[in-house]
Amino acid sequence: MVQFFRNLAKNKVMLFMVLPGAIWFFFFSYLPLVGTIVAFKQYRFSREGFWASIAKSEWVGWDNFKFLFSTDDAYVITRNTLLYNIAFILLGLILSVAMAILLSELVNKRLAKIYQTGMFLPYFLSWVIVGYFAFSFLSLDRGMLNQILGWFGADPVQWYSESKYWPYILVIVNLWKAIGYSSVVYLASILGIDKSLYEAAMIDGASKWQQIRRITIPMLSPIIIIMTLLAVGRIFYADFGLFYQVPRDSGTLYSVTNVIDTYVYRGLKTTGEIGMSTAAGLYQSIVGFVLVIVSNFVVRKMDKDSALF
Amino acid sequence: MAEVIRKKRDFHHISRGWNWVLNLIAAVFAFLCVFPFLFVVIISLTDEKTLARDGYRLIPAKWSLEAYRFIFQTGDTLLRSYGVTLLVTVLGTLISLILISLYAYAISRKSFRYRRFFAIFAILTMLFNGGMIPTYMVVTQLLSLKDTIWAMILPLAMNAFYIMILRTFYSTSVPDAIIESGKIDGAGDFYIFLKIVLPLSLPGLATIGLFSTLGYWNDWFNALLYIENPNLVPLQSMLMRIESSIQFIQQNSANSSLSMTALQSIPQDTARMAMVVLATLPIVFAYPFFQRYFVQGLTVGAVKE
Repeated sequence: MVQFFRNLAKNKVMLFMVLPGAIWFFFFSYLPLVGTIVAFKQYRFSREGFWASIAKSEWVGWDNFKFLFSTDDAYVITRNTLLYNIAFILLGLILSVAMAILLSELVNKRLAKIYQTGMFLPYFLSWVIVGYFAFSFLSLDRGMLNQILGWFGADPVQWYSESKYWPYILVIVNLWKAIGYSSVVYLASILGIDKSLYEAAMIDGASKWQQIRRITIPMLSPIIIIMTLLAVGRIFYADFGLFYQVPRDSGTLYSVTNVIDTYVYRGLKTTGEIGMSTAAGLYQSIVGFVLVIVSNFVVRKMDKDSALF
Repeated sequence: MAEVIRKKRDFHHISRGWNWVLNLIAAVFAFLCVFPFLFVVIISLTDEKTLARDGYRLIPAKWSLEAYRFIFQTGDTLLRSYGVTLLVTVLGTLISLILISLYAYAISRKSFRYRRFFAIFAILTMLFNGGMIPTYMVVTQLLSLKDTIWAMILPLAMNAFYIMILRTFYSTSVPDAIIESGKIDGAGDFYIFLKIVLPLSLPGLATIGLFSTLGYWNDWFNALLYIENPNLVPLQSMLMRIESSIQFIQQNSANSSLSMTALQSIPQDTARMAMVVLATLPIVFAYPFFQRYFVQGLTVGAVKE
């Protein structure tokens, strides 16, 4: 005991340094974990505050989960979240690695820099802005797409109420926003590859294509694995802004735009089903947690240095 | 010399034809990334009546600055939102830099006895979180931050990922020997941190600071959850609100012709797009100068200790 206090005293400056951050983590990360027990309660708001609300709500066991999984909602939001994320991960990986290799091969480096700056722009914009951008193309009476359809004599499409187009629209918008950024990251690591590898390959008569396949891609694989691992770990989490702002919260599109995060939000703000939404959030956290652990374990087996922990 | 350069080029580079093709692909994609912004700029500069007749055109029949004039005449909402966003961004970035740099430094020091505990304390938050609703309850009921600017600042102030980036940065760019020599000269831990470590890790701090600035500038989610007071609405969130309030007016004015005519005199569509332009412009001008820090942040973050 005495030893413990002596150690605390010895480390007091460092402890003061972590203290503000640790308090933050306590309130914004660890206390909400305690709050997840609401998923097992019939939530009733109490004026007396956080603890009173939790304590006075009645235990209902697994009822919230049973209700959640007895509706179609659970299936739809899980399917949407997973399928969209898989599409984003696969297409994003292929296109951004391809774009990075392409940029690295351009002869004129100044032009390459200009292209890169252009591609980077969408990363810096908020989903609200991107939502407006999408609207300028998709608006029923004024949008550019319907005008183009008009030139060909086709009827205008009600983009914001026809759900069949949205899987494509959402994938395109997401790739548009993400590719520039991730290709710049891959490009940075391509530029870090030892040039003598390529020189040796060329002396042996390797073509450009062979160099890409045998040198560039293998040298990129650690960062590809890490980026993909991070993405797979978050496959149960959807980008709220993309699914909320770009479809303009249009109700007729929910079957293809509702993901776990938007479902939880609507439970909190519009439908008021707090217990069930918290249950959906907890379901997301637990499956997400398992996925991070499993994917990290797999990577660890393959390549110890690329694992996150 | 010229001879050598040409030789090097033959040795390294792709053929001229391929170079053209690749340039074209890259140029087209880069253009597509910038195009929607240019399009919105054009829409905002279109005459409102022309817009109602022709829709959004790349080359409008009639240009007009009316939207911008309208915004600057009735501009207190925009100005106030700009003010809120600026305040939140500056305060938030400062606070998160202080919290993150202190925490990351402590867990990067081998002499700190509890470094492992606090490192894991941070990393665990990356793996598991309580989710939106429990966080909402803590912020509104326990901390009573609803309708205060702190509700937009505190939830974004810390992030375990940034702590890991900065910790890696400290351990690679601040040699132990310098810190040890500082200790021998009798400097305290805090003094060493302020006078030796911080100046040496400015590029790392700049990276985290810029990520954080961007995060605060672009945040609308916390405002959506916690802000109802119209005087505290930040820029991004105001853009969401004008959209729904104009929709609301339109829906309710369908019955009465009087408000319809009143509505027509407002350059609503162009004004909305002009606000989008005004909210985006600072970013468009600033990001080319800062982009290397964002690349650096990710590449440093990808390298483990």
